[in-house]
Amino acid sequence: MKMDLIQPFIGSLDTVLAEMMKAPATIADLAMEEDGYRRKGVAAVVTFKGQIEGRIVLDMDPQAAAKVASCLAGAEVDAAEPIVSEAVCELANMVIGNAVTQLNDRGFQFKVFPPSVLTEEQCAKAGQDSEATILCFETASGNVYLNVAMHYHARRSRERGPVAVA
Amino acid sequence: MKQFEALTRKDSQPVRYLIVDDSVFARKSLAKMIESFGGSLAGEAGDGCTAITEYARTKPDIVLMDITMPQMEGIEAVERIVQEHPEARVVMVSSVGYQDNILAALQKGARHFVQKPVKPDALYEIIRYVLNDDSVTAPVGAGESSR
Repeated sequence: MKMDLIQPFIGSLDTVLAEMMKAPATIADLAMEEDGYRRKGVAAVVTFKGQIEGRIVLDMDPQAAAKVASCLAGAEVDAAEPIVSEAVCELANMVIGNAVTQLNDRGFQFKVFPPSVLTEEQCAKAGQDSEATILCFETASGNVYLNVAMHYHARRSRERGPVAVA
Repeated sequence: MKQFEALTRKDSQPVRYLIVDDSVFARKSLAKMIESFGGSLAGEAGDGCTAITEYARTKPDIVLMDITMPQMEGIEAVERIVQEHPEARVVMVSSVGYQDNILAALQKGARHFVQKPVKPDALYEIIRYVLNDDSVTAPVGAGESSR
């Protein structure tokens, strides 16, 4: 996957985490997904369709998720409270929304679908035509993982493919 | 949260808001902001269909409307609200801020757009602009001013 497609998601997560958690986040690790993604904490998934299609999983250590929930609620929220997953959904919505806005400015058109809580322990492996990248961000409250799996829509792929010469 | 100069209607009553967002947290966060602006919450909705009925029921001064929602998205809800109530003042509040979305919302009758995460100062200025635009004054009220 081209890094210039992933970069908006990194930048967006960095900005939104800094705004929500009032502290910087640093990238600790970047890996390609080998098998289906294994959830590590409280996670939300957002899908998008258009000239690039795919899904993003935002996965947070429970303490980091509780910190975001506390910031959004304006009051202390315990990591065990069920509303923490709702907070992760809203954070995912912001991150993906800001990233696709940047990609749209570069000519890619999308439709983003509402986030949902990821309850399965393990996601299905990204499709054969998708590449999935897992980014790990370190924050003072715990790690935040961003799993980005996307591919060019078939028609766009053909447009970008090599041109046959007679 | 920072307190702003109170935005009021011409009759000195608090500005009444309808908040439409499928996220409970987003609704809570916006409710806190409008409280800091001196406003009052007229109603809430978690999707576009409910927003239409809540608008008719509460007749708010301002609607803060998310775009990406289940059942009916914000842009369609704006269109239907404005068709029924041409005086409606709707401000779109969404994380997806690309030009096509903004243009579509404005074409359907939205008055303004603000991108998430929402900064209270930005939202305050937008609401003041939208209210002034429709002959509703924003005098300095009883709110503690820190601006």
